Amino acid sequence: MAVRRLDPVQPASFEFNKENLAWAKETISKYPEGKQASAVIPLLWRAQEQHENWLPEPAIRYVAEMLGMAYIRVYEVATFYTMFHLSPVGTTAHLQVCGTTPCMLRGAEALMEVCKQRISPTQNTLTADGRFSWEEVECLGSCANAPMLQIFKDTYEDLTPELLEHLLDSFAAGNPPKPGSQIGRTASCPAGGPTTLKDVAHVMTQRRNVSDGNIGEGTKN
Amino acid sequence: MSKKLIIDDTEIEVEDGITLLQACEQAGAEIPRFCYHERLSIAGNCRMCLVEVKGAPKPIASCAQTVNELRPNPDGSPNVILTKSALVKKAREGVMEFLLINHPLDCPICDQGGECDLQDQAMAYGVGGSRYVENKRAVEEKYLGPLIRTFMTRCIHCTRCVRFMTEVAGVDELGLIGRGEDAEITTYLEHGMLSELSANVNDLCPVGALTHRPWSNTARPWELRKTETIDVMDAVGSNIRVDSRGPEVMRILPRNNDSVNEEWISDKTRHVWDGLKTQRLDQPYVRRGGKLRPATWEEALGVVTQKLAQTEASRIGVIAGDLCGAEEMFALKSLMDRMGVANVDCRAAHEAFDPSLPRSSYLFNTTIEGIDDADAILLVGTNPRLEAPILNARIRKRYLKGGCEIALVGAQVPLTYRYEHLGTGPAALSELADGKHAFAEILSKAKAPMVIVGAGAYRRFDGEAVMALAARIARAAGKDKAADWRVFNVLHTAAARVAGLDLGFVPGKGGLDTAGMLEFAKHDGLEVLYLLGADEFDMPPPDDVFVIYQGSHGDAGAHRADVILPGSAYTEKSATYANTEGRVQLGLKAVFAPGEAKEDWAILRALSAQLGHTLPFDNLTELRAAMYKQAPQLQRIDDVTPATEDPCSALIAREGKVSDTPFAEVISDFYLTNPIARASRVMAQLSALKAAAATDARVTPFGTDEASVQYQMSPEA
Repeated sequence: MAVRRLDPVQPASFEFNKENLAWAKETISKYPEGKQASAVIPLLWRAQEQHENWLPEPAIRYVAEMLGMAYIRVYEVATFYTMFHLSPVGTTAHLQVCGTTPCMLRGAEALMEVCKQRISPTQNTLTADGRFSWEEVECLGSCANAPMLQIFKDTYEDLTPELLEHLLDSFAAGNPPKPGSQIGRTASCPAGGPTTLKDVAHVMTQRRNVSDGNIGEGTKN
Repeated sequence: MSKKLIIDDTEIEVEDGITLLQACEQAGAEIPRFCYHERLSIAGNCRMCLVEVKGAPKPIASCAQTVNELRPNPDGSPNVILTKSALVKKAREGVMEFLLINHPLDCPICDQGGECDLQDQAMAYGVGGSRYVENKRAVEEKYLGPLIRTFMTRCIHCTRCVRFMTEVAGVDELGLIGRGEDAEITTYLEHGMLSELSANVNDLCPVGALTHRPWSNTARPWELRKTETIDVMDAVGSNIRVDSRGPEVMRILPRNNDSVNEEWISDKTRHVWDGLKTQRLDQPYVRRGGKLRPATWEEALGVVTQKLAQTEASRIGVIAGDLCGAEEMFALKSLMDRMGVANVDCRAAHEAFDPSLPRSSYLFNTTIEGIDDADAILLVGTNPRLEAPILNARIRKRYLKGGCEIALVGAQVPLTYRYEHLGTGPAALSELADGKHAFAEILSKAKAPMVIVGAGAYRRFDGEAVMALAARIARAAGKDKAADWRVFNVLHTAAARVAGLDLGFVPGKGGLDTAGMLEFAKHDGLEVLYLLGADEFDMPPPDDVFVIYQGSHGDAGAHRADVILPGSAYTEKSATYANTEGRVQLGLKAVFAPGEAKEDWAILRALSAQLGHTLPFDNLTELRAAMYKQAPQLQRIDDVTPATEDPCSALIAREGKVSDTPFAEVISDFYLTNPIARASRVMAQLSALKAAAATDARVTPFGTDEASVQYQMSPEA
């Protein structure tokens, strides 16, 4: 992790659009009277989503005023959590490549090599057209499908350098692939079909025994 | 309930709810710490206070665990805590090594050197070297205003400063941004800190990350002469230590006094220091041909003597200012008594105090410490945040404990706690006095109510009537309360006032008060006006009256003066001050007055001899003996003489018609309230910073409405 700073180029102002404003008011009302500050993270997150996935400085003040908080308190939150981007990210895709142990062991470094080649040699740097950027992040919780990365709200799993190249091409073409495993498996089911419980007849017998109450009979004797 | 512990072989019984650290201290064990501070909330992030608890798997941060949280021993024997064991020693060495990974070894050029917690504790608990060879972290310096110089590479992230600003000062200005090793202390986008107490963070900083900008790199602590004295910037009488080198005051620091300022002082108290060196009157001046020209003491005193001797006593006026010590006021009053001058006053224009009433009618009777026990506070015509920041911090401390209702009648100002705004002027006060307002009930139901009357209420044409109203509220609120609880309080703004009133420095029979004298001067009635450090009013125009100014700084009074007698500032004389509670405190001389300036009582003594009314004392001891005869309460140094008489009846007897005029805000600029502050460059910078803040988008707009005080820490339920 490095020191995080606000972007030098900031918009003049920020405010929620109509839907987000209504959503924000509802979110704030979920918290008890006097505890509205608890809504700071959801509101900042929504502000980031509205603003091309990065959080501008006026949004920090906007959220602070909305919640009756001091600017510095919201600033602390925005700089603490690395999921708040303080500088512009790729408009088409910002790749958050997991670099934590399971993904690393399964080839995350090769994915990052692709990012370096295709997007930028350094993290958090936009491509010339501003459409792509990437960064290395800590564990995103899909270790069973390592290596993986996250683009905005979706995760793309079971990647190889080739699949990542393909992924980038699809995004560039405006035709993003289906999120989830990129090798066709469902969730983290075994790749290439089941490896256990393959004897269906045996499984069914066991189940019948369970329903007949026969399991465990032996221990009684 | 209490709990038994064995701390380093000492069996000790401690009260419930205290922390292990406090228990260890009670047992006489020394626990090193950085983030822990008695007056702040507990953070537990420096880990320096680790102790070993027998049976616990790991060392325990003693600041963050209470004695009741210890797991009981199976056999019911008391818990055993070790503070000197090998494990503790190793743990401390480890923590110290971690803290020093990124801390630069720049002690030789660091202002904190010699009074640095990190330096001292590294010596006491650290090891000689480090196993870390990596480059140290670099952190950009932050701009936090004219008072605070930052060296953020030195920061160890104890967050004492953040907690102080949020909890004690009551403004969310400082924060810790980022995380982990990259965490940084800053204000929002580095705007200058805006608080009357901000410089205290420099004292709290256990390392040299925040140091005092105004006197940075000017002196080492061990080369300074320390003088324990009393502050005069407001009527709280903060206890201070003046550090001087040779003839120069190098810095002003707070002293601990739990009854007065705890361990805080306001920015004005601390950084007015450079005002002591500028605009000084260091030799007598006499106006000749329309211009003030340097003169010798003989000449100046000669002119004054001649003028006073020639003038009829009823055409001489004497006004004492806000910063005077009791000694010079006593000397001046004695001299005027001898000359038969009745036009003497120590009060600002239209201040409704009368020393012939019980003393408690002009004192903060609850005492500052008593605020801790109050459960309902009515502020009348006062902005304690500007008039007495330390006292305001005390009210905030009480507010944070919860269960204290606070209301204000007067200008709606941003205070550091939530209050109910009842109205702006006497009308609201009348309602309260008649019991028509809901808050009157809160006051009468409270166990320990307080009514605090400020300058906005008592310093006006109908001040007596306003005070009578406040006294009626206080009397009603004080019914059926503890016998020794005093409800009625006056918050003064001037350090000199209470002693002046104690000495009866008010018009004699047929004499004029301050307003009367100034009015009389306008109509060519007054011929001589003797100002003892009095500057806080519109000076009478030239030619109307002959002005003698005795004081330390070239301010309004000196500019207008026909003769200037250079006196001493508060750091240059030994003088007695009584604070707003009536607490008598003795200020000591830290340095000598510059040039030919003399101690004020000595000037008056010399003048009295020339006038043929020689005052009967030749030194301070004799003067004080005479003064104590007249006002015996002044000899009870460091003590408050408790009010025996209730002031309310006497004050209510002065009832009169009140006007509809709202209570004024008496302090327009906190940083420029007296001649010394106006001579200070630092105060001018702060004043400008505050003025600019109104249009600074980085400053959180502080308001007084419910919504905008929401973020401020709410009292615990």
